[in-house]
This record gives sequence, structure tokens and C-alpha cells, in this order.
Amino acid sequence: MVNDVNFRPWEDPEAAPLIDIANVTKRFGAFTAIHDLSLKIYPREFFAILGPSGCGKTTLMRMLGGFDEPTSGSINLEGEDLTGTSPAKRPVNMMFQSYALFPHLTVQDNIAFGLKREKMPKGEIAERVEQMLGLVQLQDFAARKPHQLSGGQRQRVALARALAKRPKLLLLDEPLGALDKKLREATQFELMGIQEQLGCTFVIVTHDQEEAMTVSSRIAVMKQGEIAQVAPPEQIYEAPASRYVADFIGDVNIIEGHVSAGGESRMSLSWREGEPELVVETGIGLPRGETAWLSLRPEKVSIATTRPETDNALQGKVLDIAYLGNVSTYHVELANGQVVKAQETNAGRSGNRGITWDDQVWVGWSAEAGVVLTS
Amino acid sequence: MKPNRLLMAIPYIWLLVLFLAPFGIVIKMSLSDLAVSIPPYTPQLDISEGWAGLRALFANLDFENYAWLADDPLYINAFTSSLIIAAVSTLLTLLVAYPLAYAMACAPRRWRGLLVMLVILPFWTSFLIRVYAWIGILKSEGLLNQLLLSVGVISEPLVILNTTTAVYIGIVYSYLPFMVLPIYAALEKMDGSLLEAAEDLGASRLSAFWLVTFPLSLPGVLAGCFLVFIPALGEFVIPDLLGGSNTLMIGKTLYVEFFSNLDWPVASAVAVVLLAILIVPIFLFQRQQQKVSEQ
Repeated sequence: MVNDVNFRPWEDPEAAPLIDIANVTKRFGAFTAIHDLSLKIYPREFFAILGPSGCGKTTLMRMLGGFDEPTSGSINLEGEDLTGTSPAKRPVNMMFQSYALFPHLTVQDNIAFGLKREKMPKGEIAERVEQMLGLVQLQDFAARKPHQLSGGQRQRVALARALAKRPKLLLLDEPLGALDKKLREATQFELMGIQEQLGCTFVIVTHDQEEAMTVSSRIAVMKQGEIAQVAPPEQIYEAPASRYVADFIGDVNIIEGHVSAGGESRMSLSWREGEPELVVETGIGLPRGETAWLSLRPEKVSIATTRPETDNALQGKVLDIAYLGNVSTYHVELANGQVVKAQETNAGRSGNRGITWDDQVWVGWSAEAGVVLTS
Repeated sequence: MKPNRLLMAIPYIWLLVLFLAPFGIVIKMSLSDLAVSIPPYTPQLDISEGWAGLRALFANLDFENYAWLADDPLYINAFTSSLIIAAVSTLLTLLVAYPLAYAMACAPRRWRGLLVMLVILPFWTSFLIRVYAWIGILKSEGLLNQLLLSVGVISEPLVILNTTTAVYIGIVYSYLPFMVLPIYAALEKMDGSLLEAAEDLGASRLSAFWLVTFPLSLPGVLAGCFLVFIPALGEFVIPDLLGGSNTLMIGKTLYVEFFSNLDWPVASAVAVVLLAILIVPIFLFQRQQQKVSEQ
């Protein structure tokens, strides 16, 4: 579903949400973990909750699972209030960050645990376990104990166990955090495949922005118990709602300035004495004199030894070069001390552009490359 | 010899000098006959005779005392009664210790150190004194009866002292820390998210306990049971002080043979049989500990 560009139920006012979180506040003593949060998650979504540690994302997930109850507000699943329903009675399952596999049970008994609790007939249990093992490709490991498995295999067992009861909603708490980078990337695509195959709704909590971008249909970026922005990944990246979101997702240049010439689509931003005003194409009209921030992704900034033919061009000195293999990032210090990062793809095999440390260079970007933010 | 080999030799030398050698003497004694002499058995090794003396010694050893043990129901009864008392008191200790250990493991982290210390606090006084103290509590005009009489629960004092019940109370009290600590250790290191996972998958709190908590605490339970059962089987002080003449236990029988009857050979035979019986649970305990450490 995630791959289908037409899958945008959040834009359809008729669509019924699977989960409706309404004005939820959660306090632990004097500490407010979640503050008046409202959010709708639609069926078949792969929804990511992203934020730094301590932002309340885990608390939000635990409330969905029933391990914590909201101090105020309500959580509805298909229109029914879940408040006060124990985790055992919710059609919601969770894949724990530590996997929480039962160490004394074999892989198949771990997967069958939930099915046995709902008194499913033996034959059906065996069938379902077989099916889940197939789904995560662990058929040959059914009789093993968790300590006889690798980290990646354990992660699969945890996933199979959480999916075995066919929950309406699957919660994944930092599911790939314990895996190494290569395995994590492969598993992300596998997760997406499994989600599509089962048509189940996934909510994933992560602090890894790349992971959130890769797997999800929408991302909620959280900040101190509140939602900073909810949007599909490309929108979060290209049209962040605030400096916080822009800064949290990916690398960004933030230039503070004042609107010097307003306009519906095009405006100028004066940002520093003695520097030319910046020309920005923007959808929002801002009054003259207002403080605004230009958020500019490094890959949209070009670097050259001669003045480029772009809407904006500034001169500066190369401070640092970070060669990352596929790209190189140049840190360019402008005359007034502001550092702008410019990123170039290393299309050729020699990463050398004839630009080196302390060189005088030009950085340039088009009027529509950046986003103007007011908060 | 390399230094680490020397280090490794220390426990073996220790075992040889302080266990195997004396035990060899006990075995030899158990194969000897009672005699009116000092020490009170025969044959004795005459070193001046040399090789011939050794051969004469072996020629005079026999299994008479073991046959005697097998024939006299007193010993068999003492062994079976000891096994029953040890097994029952192990079970009783477990029933008392498990909730205690569970509560300790559930307590806030900052309290746990203190609770563990409280459990081992009784070790600061002598074992003998603590068992004596129970006489004051259990006797007919003791603290327990006074309390129950004054509250009006009973109208006549209960006879507890000098019964098997008093032995059970004494063993459960004395060996409780040996059961609590391993169970606590097993429960304390359990990952709390396992219970959440069980609940998430549809288990009630109670079934989560039986399906997850209890099986995971089994290594601790087994260790605790062995640590109580093994010393309880040969227990002498508790049945002697609290059990009176009504309680038949092998430790007491051994004492009587040795000190009252001065029959060292029979007492030695009893000791050897006791050890033979204990080897089974000790071996099982070792194997279980090894299994736990391998995981």
C-alpha cells in the first residue's frame, strides 16, 4: 500500500481512521510525557513515530498497546474506546525493542503463545505457526530456543509472534535497533513486504530518520510530548513545518533573516548586512519585516569556482570537505562567518573537483530550492 | 610447574587432605569391628609390621556393619524418616521462600539491597543460639502459646516442642535464606518486558506468572531445593533440640552410635551410607548448575 501513490486516506474526509487518538495527555507525576496530542491513523498505513529519546514516542506507543493509560483524552480503535482495556484484550500486538522472546520456549512455542491463549484448536495453531514461520523464513528453526538464534533471526521470531494473532494494529518499538546497518536496511524492505502482504496496520517507533523515511506512509515527528508535524516522508523532507523538523530530518542549512520585500510567490530575505538579499520562491505570503528562516538542503546547493547562474550566489571559503563516497559535502564559510553546506554527488570516479581547503568558491541555489519557515 | 597449575592444585590438595583422607579413614573404620580398646575398634594398622601388617589389616576388614544396618529396622527407619523430613521441609521452605523472593524482586530497586541484607541478617548470630531461641517460643509455656492463649484462639497450650512439627519449623526457619536467595537471583534478572509480552499476547496476569515467571525461576528454585535438602537430610542440631525423642533422623542416630554407644564402626557405616545417599542430589545439583552456567 505504501508504494501506491494513490494510497492517501488521510486526505479523504470520508475515510474512517483505524486509530483515533483524541486530546491525549499523559503525566508521570509532575512530568508531562504527552501533551494534548491528537492523531488519526488509517487502516493499512505504515505509520512512523519519529523523535529523539525522551520525546514521548514510546509512551504514546505503550498507550496504544495498553501498558499505560492516558491521564486524559481517549484512544479509539475502529470507533471503540480502548481506555481501560487490558493489553490482553486489545486487538493490538507489539514487537518489543528487546524482542522479549520467552527464553524457555522454542521458536514455534513462542509464536504459538498468543494463539494458545485464545484457545485456538491445535490443528489451526500448527497451521498458523507454519505460515508465520514461512512469512519470516524460519521454517528450519522451529525447534530452536531463542539463545540458539542470531540477532536477526530473533528479530524475525519476535515479528512472527506479534503477527500470529493477526492483530488489527501492530506496534513496533525500535524493531531494527539491535541489527547492524546492512541487515537493518534489508529488513526494512522485508517489513514493508510483510505489511503489504498481510494488509495489517503498522505503527513503528524509531529515532532513526532513515528507517522512518524508508518504510512509512506517513511520519509523525514528535517534540517534547507534542507532534511537530505529520506528513508523508517526502513532504516532511521537502516541506518541513518548522526548523525543528527540518533539522531533525536529514542535513540542513538554516539561514535567519527578515522579509524585505513580500509577495505571494516570490520574496526577498535580507539576512546579513553587506550580503545580497536572498530570493525565495514560497507558497506563503509574509509581511515585510517578519523574521523568517530559510531552510536549505545541502544537496540543493551547488558549489563552483566561478559565479554560478543561479538566483542566489554567495562567495565564501572552503572550511571542510567531507568525502562520503557517494557524495561530498563542502562546508563553506561566507564572509560574515555563516557556514553553508553544499553537497555534490560524486558522479565521476575522481571525487576531485579542483576545490580544496581554503579555496575561494561560490555557492548557489535557485529561488525554489529552499523553504521559508516562520517557527 | 606453571603458576596457574599450582593455583589449580590448591583446591585438589585441599580436597585430598581435608576430605578424601579423612573419608578414607571413616570407610576403613566402617569395615572394622567394635573392640574394647583405644580407639574402640579393631583391626588397627601396625606400622612396625610393615607390609605384612597392612595385609593383616585388610584381611580383617569386612562388611559386617553394613549387614547390621540393613538388618536392623532402626537404621532403615531413620534413613527413610530423614528423607521424608528433608523432602517435606524443603517443600515447606519453598512455599514460604517463593513469595518472599518474589516480593523482593518486585520491590523498588533501591530497596532490594536492604532486603537482601535483612534475609542474611540471621547469620550474624550463631545457628545454635537461634535454634535454642525456638525452644523458648515453642514450649508449652512459651511465647507462641502465651500469645495464642491471651488472644483466645486456643484454650489449652499446644504441644509443638519435641514433635516433628517443631523440626519442620526449625528447618524452614534455619534454611530459608538458602532458598530465598537463589530464587530471588533468578527472578531479579528476569526481563520485565517478558511479562508485558505475555500479557500483550493475551495471557492474564496469573497465567503469565505460571507460563513465564515460574518456568524462568526454576533454576533458582532447583538450586534452593538442593541447598536446603542436602544439609537438612543430615541435620542433627534441629531434631536434637526441637524434635526430642519422638523424631527419628539419621544425624541423631549417628550421634547416638558414636557418643552414647561408642560404636565407632557402626557410626562410620551410617556416615558412609548417608554420604552415598547424598551423592545423588549433590550430583544432580552440580549438573543443574553447570547447565545454568552454560546458557
